[in-house]
Amino acid sequence: MTQAAVEKTDSPSGARPRLSRLIGAAGPMLVLLALLALLAAFVPDFAGVRNVRGLILSVSLVGMIATTMMLVLALREVDLSVGSIVALSGVVAATVIAGSGSVWLGVLAGAGLAVGVFNGVVVAKLKVNSLIATLATMEIVRGLAFLTSQGEAVSIPQEQFYALGSGELLGLNWPVWIMVACFVVFGLVLNFTVFGKNVLAIGGNPEAARLAGVPVTRVRIIVFALQGLVAGLAGIVLAARITSGQPNTSLGLELAVISACVLGGVSLSGGVASILGVLIGVLIMGAAQNALNLLDVPTFYQYVVRGGILLLAVIADRLRHSATPGWLSFGGRR
Amino acid sequence: MSVRIEFAGVGKRFPGVKALDDVSFAVQAGEIRALMGENGAGKSTLLKILAGEHRPDAGEVRIDGQPVTLGSPRASAAAGVAIIHQELHLAPDMTVAENLTLGIMPSRAGFLDRKAMRDRARAVLARLGEPIDPDARLGDLSIGKRQMVEIGKALLRDARIIAFDEPTSSLSSRETETLLAVIRDLKSEGRAILYVSHRMEEVFRLCDSLTVLRDGRLAGDHPKLSDVTEDALIGEMAGRRIEDVYGYTSRPLGEPVVEVEGLTGKGLSAPVSFTAHRGEILGFFGLIGAGRTDLLKLLFGATRRTGGRIVIRGQACDFGDPRQAIAGGLALLPEDRKDEAIVPLASVRENIALAWRNLNGRSAVVAAATEAAAARDHIASLRIKTASAETAIASLSGGNQQKAILARWLSADADIFLMDEPTRGIDIGARSEIYALMHRLAQAGKTLIVVSSDMPEVMGVSDRIVVMREGAVAGVFDRAEASPEILLRHALPDVGRRAI
Repeated sequence: MTQAAVEKTDSPSGARPRLSRLIGAAGPMLVLLALLALLAAFVPDFAGVRNVRGLILSVSLVGMIATTMMLVLALREVDLSVGSIVALSGVVAATVIAGSGSVWLGVLAGAGLAVGVFNGVVVAKLKVNSLIATLATMEIVRGLAFLTSQGEAVSIPQEQFYALGSGELLGLNWPVWIMVACFVVFGLVLNFTVFGKNVLAIGGNPEAARLAGVPVTRVRIIVFALQGLVAGLAGIVLAARITSGQPNTSLGLELAVISACVLGGVSLSGGVASILGVLIGVLIMGAAQNALNLLDVPTFYQYVVRGGILLLAVIADRLRHSATPGWLSFGGRR
Repeated sequence: MSVRIEFAGVGKRFPGVKALDDVSFAVQAGEIRALMGENGAGKSTLLKILAGEHRPDAGEVRIDGQPVTLGSPRASAAAGVAIIHQELHLAPDMTVAENLTLGIMPSRAGFLDRKAMRDRARAVLARLGEPIDPDARLGDLSIGKRQMVEIGKALLRDARIIAFDEPTSSLSSRETETLLAVIRDLKSEGRAILYVSHRMEEVFRLCDSLTVLRDGRLAGDHPKLSDVTEDALIGEMAGRRIEDVYGYTSRPLGEPVVEVEGLTGKGLSAPVSFTAHRGEILGFFGLIGAGRTDLLKLLFGATRRTGGRIVIRGQACDFGDPRQAIAGGLALLPEDRKDEAIVPLASVRENIALAWRNLNGRSAVVAAATEAAAARDHIASLRIKTASAETAIASLSGGNQQKAILARWLSADADIFLMDEPTRGIDIGARSEIYALMHRLAQAGKTLIVVSSDMPEVMGVSDRIVVMREGAVAGVFDRAEASPEILLRHALPDVGRRAI
């Protein structure tokens, strides 16, 4: 066939995806830059070094968990149990450390991992909708956290453990470094491993992936297990920061994490994810929260603002991924 | 008698195909007209136009002499049309009475009038002569009774034109008799009936007149069915189409590669046995629902077999999932490309690499350079028309998507290709390229098992043809002995049964 014919068949459909991909990639970045500029200009103290360090520390919990939530969402699944896992692993860590007097981090993260594997098996093997499955484990795990601690905060007497939460390296706290490590590791996993590509393929079309030989069940279980592991780790780090295990901590954390991912351009319908996007989403959430605090906006309003941001993010996701939104395609048909 | 509904020069185009081309015929009040034709002859498109789901782009539909625009299912129902589909459009968890009056439920002061609803339901069921309890849950009824409810729905809405789409395909013979009696009653009430069926015997017993479609065109119009013979009819449906886009050349067949003995499982009604050889293209012909797609899924380990043996290259195989089948050298090109083959948002390169990178023993890190090189090679050698290897596959035409899926399996080094309707929805230019590729594969010693409902295609590409009917093998034919008549005769439900 001639070159002209090739162009004729491909240009109308080829040009638009490229354009929308550009908007898709640049959109969150532009929102973040605009937001930062705005806040720096109008919110006193926002751009100060102290505040920026505090801001980054404050997003570390959401940031860590968002890196694996990205994989879960890319898989066309969701995990609502992360907030409860954070609470449970913090409580378990505090209890074990207080009881044994030694610091057994490796074992402690296992609490989160176990919940994650459980989620994965229920979703992948028993084929339960992940929204429902993790809604159930969210409740169960929260209950376990309260049971483990008898409803009380468990304080940690070992002070060397606090270093994990407040110790510094090169001017940044350990939680920040752990978050950075999560971004690096899962960025590499997503972009450079067959596993990461399989996650996107399953999210993009599960049946096609299965028929092409992708080990769908195994990938699903591993993704949920990783989510549990990271949420468990985040819970331990949080316990170190607040020097105790709190059974009622991180209520609604899952929503903040999902909001951050969606703000960063991860599609709720699966198959699309970007680690840079998630980082941007996390920073947008953190900057908004931080500014509200600096402006002394009462907590009640902060709920409304956070909900509004989530809604906008979801609508943006809809617009980005709907086939060809009429009002976004420039110049109509060519 | 007066003409109740008339199709005048109706045409409908879809990208790459003319589904209907200048089709004209009429159904009188009090007439039962059969509509026959092979898969893809245009029957469904015609019914969809009648149902208001498609609009014709040429010609018009007239009801009682007046041109009508059937722009939506609602408009179609308002014009007095009802279609009784194969898959019934009913709510299984509601009662019979609720289903019958859905959308026209009687109410008093805004409250549902249960008594009136039940009375209406009882009246219409009595007219159909069916002992069905109006308060029964619909899902608890047999298929035959559900169909009666669907007909009752049409009556309650006073449909004057009723089209039946393969109504007896899942009925027992007793239920079929009841249904035919009801249809005769509908006729005597002066309704116009359009009866779509593959079953000759039923058509000859029930219908007054007959329209035959082939390739979207009118192939036969018989005002009196008694003037037509079954053979003449099969001739009209099969036609003689000489079209050499297939480029068949005979090849020597090698040793048996796939030997299937007594295979049973989902979608098969009787044990299936056949053998495919090295270098062979083995065609599978049949009507839609004959079990061919189910057979491929069983071979590929996508569904579990319940019995029988699959022997590949002399070794008995038990594939528990597609991964094992792929490790055994099998490849599946699914019929439904969009839902089962492509990952739409991923690039052409990603789609090609998907099977290869998941083969056993591949590295966990993506071999980007190798994959890119393989994609480039396949794009060039299969002439996949794409802006680049990084273009999202969803933006390619159907033919180019299919070539990319073929490339997926070539790079995974498959040597047994299960192809389900490999050219469905693909325009003629790309089709002949795909046929050429199929021959190249066969010549290179691969084994191809090709399911196709397109008779010229299955005859054009295959060395041998297996005909399936109602979930079982109805016959196996060498290329030389296969004719359209023979294939169709074995594929049609009741004709085929008598032929054997």
